[in-house]
Amino acid sequence: MRLSRRSQWLLRAAVAVGLAFIYIPLVVIVIYAFNSSKILEWPPPGFTTHWFSQAFKDEAAREAFVTSIKAGIAASAIALVLGTLASIAVARHRFFGRETISFLVILPIALPGIVTGVAISNTFTQVLDVPLSLFTVIVGHATFCIVVVYNNAVARLRRLSGSFEEASADLGAHSWQTFRFVTFPGMRSALIAGGLLAFALSFDEIIVTNFTIGAGEQTLPIWIYSNLFRPHELPIVNAVAVLVILISIIPVYLAHRLGAEEGGATGGRGAGGGVETEATAVP
Amino acid sequence: MASEATVERRSASHRLSDLFHGRERLQVGALLAGPVGWLVIGYLGSLALLLVAAFWSVDPLSGLTIKEFTLENFEALVNEPVYRDIVWRTVRTALLVTLTDAVIAFPIAFYMAKVASRRGKALLVIGILLPLWSSYLVKVYAWRTLLSANGAINWALDPIGLSGPGYGQAAVWLVMSYLWLPYMILPIYAGLERIPDSLISASEDLGASPFTTFRRVILPLSFPAVVAGSIFTFSLTLGDYITPRLVSNDQFIGNVIFSNVANNQPFAAALALVPIVVMIAYLLVARRLGAFEHV
Amino acid sequence: MRRRDGNPARTAWLVVAGLVVFMLAVAGCGGGSDDTTGGSSDEALQKLGKGEGEVSLISWAGYVEPDWSKPFEQKTGCKVNNKEAGTSDEMVELMKTGQYDGVSASGNASARLVAADLVAPVNTDLVPNYETVFEDLKDQPYNTFDGVNYGIPHGRGANLLMWNGDDVTPPPDSWNVTLDPKVAAKYKGKISQYDDPMSIAEAAVYLKTHEPDLGIENPYELNQEQFDAAVQLLEEQKPLIGEYWSEAAKQISAYAGGDVQVGTTWQYQYFALKEEGVPVKASPASQGFLPKEGATGWSDTWMIAKDAKHPNCMYEWMNWIIEPKVNAEVAEWFGEAPAQELACKETANKNFCAEYHAEEPQFWERVYYWETPLADCGNGEENCMDYNDWVKAWTTIKG
Repeated sequence: MRLSRRSQWLLRAAVAVGLAFIYIPLVVIVIYAFNSSKILEWPPPGFTTHWFSQAFKDEAAREAFVTSIKAGIAASAIALVLGTLASIAVARHRFFGRETISFLVILPIALPGIVTGVAISNTFTQVLDVPLSLFTVIVGHATFCIVVVYNNAVARLRRLSGSFEEASADLGAHSWQTFRFVTFPGMRSALIAGGLLAFALSFDEIIVTNFTIGAGEQTLPIWIYSNLFRPHELPIVNAVAVLVILISIIPVYLAHRLGAEEGGATGGRGAGGGVETEATAVP
Repeated sequence: MASEATVERRSASHRLSDLFHGRERLQVGALLAGPVGWLVIGYLGSLALLLVAAFWSVDPLSGLTIKEFTLENFEALVNEPVYRDIVWRTVRTALLVTLTDAVIAFPIAFYMAKVASRRGKALLVIGILLPLWSSYLVKVYAWRTLLSANGAINWALDPIGLSGPGYGQAAVWLVMSYLWLPYMILPIYAGLERIPDSLISASEDLGASPFTTFRRVILPLSFPAVVAGSIFTFSLTLGDYITPRLVSNDQFIGNVIFSNVANNQPFAAALALVPIVVMIAYLLVARRLGAFEHV
Repeated sequence: MRRRDGNPARTAWLVVAGLVVFMLAVAGCGGGSDDTTGGSSDEALQKLGKGEGEVSLISWAGYVEPDWSKPFEQKTGCKVNNKEAGTSDEMVELMKTGQYDGVSASGNASARLVAADLVAPVNTDLVPNYETVFEDLKDQPYNTFDGVNYGIPHGRGANLLMWNGDDVTPPPDSWNVTLDPKVAAKYKGKISQYDDPMSIAEAAVYLKTHEPDLGIENPYELNQEQFDAAVQLLEEQKPLIGEYWSEAAKQISAYAGGDVQVGTTWQYQYFALKEEGVPVKASPASQGFLPKEGATGWSDTWMIAKDAKHPNCMYEWMNWIIEPKVNAEVAEWFGEAPAQELACKETANKNFCAEYHAEEPQFWERVYYWETPLADCGNGEENCMDYNDWVKAWTTIKG
């Protein structure tokens, strides 16, 4: 698209301002992680790496980190299965109530977290008499993660013509073979992207988790929240946050590479309808 | 080749596939049993059980629910002005945040989709996604310290004689716009990517100025994507209670629900119905506008 | 093709209709209140057995610290899982989940926990250190119900008036600095108030001295007129508020950041800020006076959950927390008066108990421990405002 000099300049300025808006608070977090004062004073009186070494030594933080990883993997796995199943039904079949599925799937994430959290917690403790534990947390997370996988999968399936599957059937493959050798490979990168986003959602979730977690366990956000009560440990929290961001560069990069590969392989922009960008199709 | 295949014994997966072959209803049923069962029986059922309590009341001392039908919770909601104020404050903030994010997100998404090089696009996408991985709580607390009286914002603005917004309504709007921005950028980006360059070239060939192209080609085509992004900014603002608590003294719907969940669950359930109804209405409108294709 | 698709809107409405019918059916058929077995049928533990390996606690910030929880773990083998809560409401909510073995309950939670059948009586014979707990903490209305003992005292204190010594002069000696609109106006936008309905009692304590015509005796037993006066006072305070706080860290960062300069607090925040070099001053018991109207306060009790999963460990914890050395550590760390008489010999500061009036029952007569407001006024009348009224009013005050 041809833009005038001025428009180009304005656009770049808008982007720069937007990015600054996004990153300045993150820079502040990084600065505080090196803050030598325990209460978050500004400007920081001094700098130290003390909090990072404390973060590594902190047993509760490490355990919480591992618990979050476990919950994230389990919730993403469940969401992947359920989301894929639903997406295949919706994208490849027609049936009574098909349009409602998209609506249903988005509800857990669209309704306030406190409502979802209290509802699930009540059902477990009062109706089913199941104690709260990591299991109940995973159930809660999986519920609102389904939509992420589902959206990515449906978007991809819509783009992949059903004729490939029909051809596969014509050649004698039964439905499981068709799924395994034709559909799934086509969907794979969309599912990975969806799975990664689901993991990210679960990893950072606090509100539903607060209501569904048992007494003896902590996920990372719960640990962070409980340390907001402990001013003596507040800077450790910032150090942990910085570490998490650094570690997370890997999955984010992977997700993008996988999404980009698929898009590149099946043709670029133009008459085809544009590059599919499921990697970025949002939660 | 094919005849050889029929002589072999059929594997389990083959037999299973045969069972489903031609029976579309069965296929759909099997596919949907898991997800729909989980969501309808598990999730909606739990919601229903919770919301049923809205028609009950509570014993003031023990906090135990008296399971007799009553409308007193709804009467309280309607008659006391404070709840109307709180609901309106929440909805108003949600709308403002959505608008703000749409305005900030669009240029960024447009740049990413139509102007940036392949490399630049990759960097920007990663750059937008990365903040999603930093803890929500840490981000809000960072803003709290930024906005405090001796915080960085006042420190930076002081030399020019201005001061920051401090805590309050403006702070909540600012912080929430900040938090949900990536959720708005990404769908708009995806939506803009789907607009073929050829359409834009055609519009220019027909003599339209860039502004007209934007107004009459790009905007209408990307509007559903904007609505898709707005679902998240709106719903996340509507339900949040942690941010208002940390950067303001104002109560949002979530705060009132939270403070009643312990000692008066029926009233909390009645309160919870408000954002649920608002959100369902919003989703229905969004679907009408085609947002569900872009979420 | 269209017919096979069905009408999507129709599906949605069918589902909604189904759920509404389900809801109404459950609501209508509910019938009667929950069964309350009441406190009489559950028994306190009769014999102490082996520890179960862990114990899950709900506590106020600063009550369960590694300094004494780690030695406890080593001695008894009971791993301590601690959840800190900011308000009594949160504590009650957490207890309802049934996931915890015990809670450090203040008076505005203990009565509710007993009535909701969430806690079991405590067999004080199984807690050897209980014998030497201060007498005026035993068998109190906030820990003993119908003559049955429901908990072990932790310690007590008065809520403090804290101010930034550099910003607030002259040093206040009365709550008028936060509650009298004319005086408080000087610190508009810099006042810090506890975000909980208990603040209404603070206003009532103030009015007890300054508007004696209202006839307020007990700030938790207020009839409509007294209640409205207290609420009115707080509504006038609202525009002057800098921040309502419920998390200790939130208040600490507010004082440190200069966002608030004066208000109610606990000793925990006061000492944390002093350690950081923030020039705060307070009117704690240790300085020999409360603001002249008196103050609200708390006397906290460790209660054990009904059907606790780790009852033996919980009893061990209750005994540990009033072990003389431990209770001394606890009291000095937090800055409150210990519950254990023998702790006074174990404190690092030899004058600690004297400073905190631990051994002076008459001092505590001007401290109004948190209580659960009930309709029963205690003087034969039944027209006092109950806790639900307090919660609703607090929501209205905050706006």
